[in-house]
Amino acid sequence: MIRPSRNHPGFWAFVAHRVSGVALALFLPLHFLVLGLALESDAALDRFLTVADNPVFVVAEWGLVTLLTIHLGAGLRVMALEFLPWRDGRKGLIGLGAIAAVVVGTIFLLQIG
Amino acid sequence: MTPARLFLAQRLTALILVPLVLVHLALILVAVEGGLSAAEILDRTRGSAGWAAFYGLFVLAAATHAPIGLRNVIHEHTGWRGRSLEIAMIGLGLLLAGLGLRAVVAVVAP
Amino acid sequence: MSAEHTGTAEHTGQPSPPVETSLSVEIWRGRDQGRFETYTVPQRASQTVLDVVTWIQRHAEPALAYRFACRVGVCGSCAMTVNGRPRWTCRTHVSKVADDGRLRIEPLRNLPRIKDLAVDMTPFFEKWQRAQGRFTPTRSRADPLVAVSPDSPARKAADAGIECINCAVCYAACDVVGWDRDYLGPAALNRAWTLVNDERDGDRRGVLKAASSGGGCHSCHSHGSCVEHCPVGINPTAGIAGLKRRSLIDMLGGDLP
Repeated sequence: MIRPSRNHPGFWAFVAHRVSGVALALFLPLHFLVLGLALESDAALDRFLTVADNPVFVVAEWGLVTLLTIHLGAGLRVMALEFLPWRDGRKGLIGLGAIAAVVVGTIFLLQIG
Repeated sequence: MTPARLFLAQRLTALILVPLVLVHLALILVAVEGGLSAAEILDRTRGSAGWAAFYGLFVLAAATHAPIGLRNVIHEHTGWRGRSLEIAMIGLGLLLAGLGLRAVVAVVAP
Repeated sequence: MSAEHTGTAEHTGQPSPPVETSLSVEIWRGRDQGRFETYTVPQRASQTVLDVVTWIQRHAEPALAYRFACRVGVCGSCAMTVNGRPRWTCRTHVSKVADDGRLRIEPLRNLPRIKDLAVDMTPFFEKWQRAQGRFTPTRSRADPLVAVSPDSPARKAADAGIECINCAVCYAACDVVGWDRDYLGPAALNRAWTLVNDERDGDRRGVLKAASSGGGCHSCHSHGSCVEHCPVGINPTAGIAGLKRRSLIDMLGGDLP
């Protein structure tokens, strides 16, 4: 099997989009179940959120916030490529999207801390 | 569902999700300051028709968008294809919608 | 396992020839089962990878199977994988790609292998037909010529894609072609796009339908590997995006302009 020749920005943008999408899709049902705890009582949700103050959870939440921003950015790039007139500077968008994700992730960590 | 219809549904829900996700991210960044509590979420959402509509739309859009995306991932990286995959994805969409709307009720019901 | 083959002749009783630099060239021999064989090839000025393969077949390994025709970059026959990238071997200078004098040459990816460096192009052309990448004429020679303005947006879109010589480099570079056996691929869809934009074609709607069916334009995820690798500078990703837009308009009841 020949390895594909794919070390270029467009491919990595796709990988980021796909990986973040799968991660978010797996996370979503868990998110809905946790929020559903409020059906029991406000206290039930509160108990979970206290547990979620521990560092493992914080890292996971940071990951999700970052993944969401990545997925949003990469998705906007795909739609720009599909619906807006083609410009060669599209690769710049990938950089912008990556920076946006880092910024959002950083703000999250600053707010948490 | 023809490829063109799936494409339209995917791109349309994506467009709907863009502003919803931006608001959601902003809320998260504000809310997590100094730790998160149930009250911080529920004080805002309980009894609010506006937040019910916001999150209801969010859930339905995400429940449509995610299975269509996963369908491509499964189709391209595993051998699974055809009718059974379509049915599984519809099932996943219904599950997400169901769990999601339940969560909306959980935080919005007064 | 690799075998060493040397083809340089020995000179005796003559003044010694100038010291030649040599290339170490690994070539895939076999089919799906097989191995890399290594050949030592004299390096020459302005040598192309096709020159290297031809030298090997003539001096070291007569049984080596490979394809070429024009050797000047207009026919599309000589495409192979060179150091991991699909390229035209006749237009690839050895000096540009041989790191430390080493080359690895394999057949194109994503196509069934026949022998050594030759692949079966049948699936590539079958998908061309499945995308209805063929012109449907409406006039006979007795009819006047159609006056097509070269400046119209449609003609410009078509012109951007018509230089394709069916070399299959984009097809070999495309990830989705590798993942989804139904995917028609960048070349076939690019051709469909040129026809959808060709006002002389008698069945543009048919082309659009064929190109947007299962395995058609909607399967493209815009990686852009085709754009990265096309030796003629065609942008199939943009053309496929055009097909996506047209297919949406068509589905929502709009007409082809």
